[in-house]
Amino acid sequence: MSRADVVPQSYATGEQALRKPSPLWTFGLLRNELMTTLRRWRTLALLGVLAAVPILVGIAVKIETSDGSPGGGHGSGGGGGGPAFIAQITNNGLFLVFTALAATLPFFLPMAVGVVAGDAIAGEANAGTLRYLLVAPAGRTRLLLTKYATTMAFCLLATLVVATSALAVGALLFPLGDLTTISGTRIGFADGLGRALLIALVVAASLTGIAALGLFVSTLTNSGIAAMATTVGLLITVQILDQIPQLHAIQPYFFSHYWLSFADLMRDPVYYDELVKNLGLQALYAAVFGSAAWARFTTKDVTA
Amino acid sequence: MAPYASDDSTTAGEADDLRSGRRKAARYVVPVTVMGVAAATIGLVPALADSGDPDLPKISAQQLIEKIAQSDVQQLSGTVKISTDLGLPDLGGLQSGLLSGAAGKGGDDGSSADPSTKLTELASGTHTVRVAADGPDRQKLSLLENAAEYSLIHNGKDVWGYDSKSNEVYHGTSPEGADKTREKDERDLPATPKDLTEEALKSVDATTSVTVDGTVQVAGRDAYKLLIKPKQSGTTVGAISVAVDAKTGLPLKFTLTPARGGAAVVDAGFTQVSFAKPAASTFDFTPPKGAKVTEDKKSGAEPKPEPELKPELKPEPEHGQRSPKSEGDLGKELDGLKTIGEGWNSIATFDTGGEGVPSGAGAGGDLGGFLGSLGDQVSGKFGKGTVFSTRLVNALITDDGKVYVGAVTKDALVKAANTAK
Repeated sequence: MSRADVVPQSYATGEQALRKPSPLWTFGLLRNELMTTLRRWRTLALLGVLAAVPILVGIAVKIETSDGSPGGGHGSGGGGGGPAFIAQITNNGLFLVFTALAATLPFFLPMAVGVVAGDAIAGEANAGTLRYLLVAPAGRTRLLLTKYATTMAFCLLATLVVATSALAVGALLFPLGDLTTISGTRIGFADGLGRALLIALVVAASLTGIAALGLFVSTLTNSGIAAMATTVGLLITVQILDQIPQLHAIQPYFFSHYWLSFADLMRDPVYYDELVKNLGLQALYAAVFGSAAWARFTTKDVTA
Repeated sequence: MAPYASDDSTTAGEADDLRSGRRKAARYVVPVTVMGVAAATIGLVPALADSGDPDLPKISAQQLIEKIAQSDVQQLSGTVKISTDLGLPDLGGLQSGLLSGAAGKGGDDGSSADPSTKLTELASGTHTVRVAADGPDRQKLSLLENAAEYSLIHNGKDVWGYDSKSNEVYHGTSPEGADKTREKDERDLPATPKDLTEEALKSVDATTSVTVDGTVQVAGRDAYKLLIKPKQSGTTVGAISVAVDAKTGLPLKFTLTPARGGAAVVDAGFTQVSFAKPAASTFDFTPPKGAKVTEDKKSGAEPKPEPELKPELKPEPEHGQRSPKSEGDLGKELDGLKTIGEGWNSIATFDTGGEGVPSGAGAGGDLGGFLGSLGDQVSGKFGKGTVFSTRLVNALITDDGKVYVGAVTKDALVKAANTAK
């Protein structure tokens, strides 16, 4: 449904000339939004932090194992500590991609997404630019969709930044080659690289839920900071609740519950159950909070 | 004012005000509907997917048991979900320590890839296990963990254990071929419903009623339901239900419910199964570069690692599943073990010599106090003792060091101790 449906007659007549923006206009809006988002210092700083995580992990593992001790290095019979796959990094740099994603997915990545999503509408309102955006004949629904598309593009970009940085560091510090899946079978390096790309895509898709949530929160308030803080606060709350065993009955419905299921892509054969659950859950969150954001934003009084 | 924001109530009359208010509310119907549809889907799909019990020709319990015995599935791959809820206090490592201690084993060699340290984890909680088998010489069992996996691979004469979390490898050897290994190899997959069923069927005798209880669908396959029920009272075992694949005779699901009701103590079933030949590469294993490899020390002197694996592969819950009769097997490993009673009510008893386990409040020291706090104090003609209860197996440890264990109620244990005196 387009916004024009609810425009009273008296306004609609005067607007005929401005209506029916071409599809290219949507692209223009999206490109514009993307450029604005990516040119912000805040966004660049977030991406910088994300790129630094794999560098730190890589250097730490390199230093720890530089005396020739085998991978893991958590003492005998250990291996319980650290993010997933960390024990394999010394033997194959490609594993740094998986470790870096596993290390950033619980907090760094969703926090960055929360900041961008929370800022999407509330930030414009805060800066007083929202009404000027709406003066342009884009329509609120279209603007909201553009904002969500921008946030999702940022999810993908942030994930790829982590993965690329990890791959570069892994290739520099550690050997590359055939790798052993966690099921114990061997796959070629090209296959491994393919799986790494697939994992990055799954990780990016895992963030769509919190992106929709952040966008909804962003339509509730006119303060960008409040929206970001609420989104990140919700993220932390859910992550904590997900650790409490007594709540196991509701935990499968938390958006973060199946996040680490991306590791199932490293099994051979791939174990799809939880991956499918994760993607379904993200789609559900996107649908519920996306439509809630739409309901809120299209009926809201825009005063700033 | 933005042109598209014109349904602001400030510009509208009173009637418009009401209308736009309704219109605003109407938009929220969308997210609520989405949520409602999702909730309904989550609630209804399992019910709808349950397409009713399959229609299969009638079969007697005897025929069904024979079908299980004749079942000769050589090639399969599938996913098994195992839930065990013994009602044990969560002791983690201590529990497995006690278990291996009780089975008369020494400490492990510290490798996290050692099957014995790993598979005791199956004793509690819910686990997903993948199994694959291709004939008697090649099997694989993988325990799926969070972002890691533990695989036990048997290929020809090699037995590999690989723990991806710590990147450690365990290597043992087994004698190649020979019929003798057949039987043992099946024990390599203790997690499958088949093994559990075989143990349960050992206990079938006059004290047990075995019936065919309709049909059921498991992992998309039609199956008969075999119901094994103790006739006696006094046992904690309520019923054992086994779903047997109608075509191959392979048990697909094993459920043990306690007499007191509640959730199943053991529930192991295929969620997905295929009888096609698994890819040969499934059983190939080369230790990854840089992995720490632990050789099984015994495999040099004694070419069979299985005897070592066996007791650990069958951790605590199995004692319950074995049901009282088969506790005799376990008993052979312990000195001076006697069995009192018959059928499901049999109680295993042995003498620890008064020092094995400090029992009750009578025993001094922190350990005694700790153990005492886990159990209930009881007294009777036999003197005083402590009863340790799980949802299935109860144990009475008297202050003079006698131990009575069985899948029986507390009262039955005290009675047995009184008569034994």
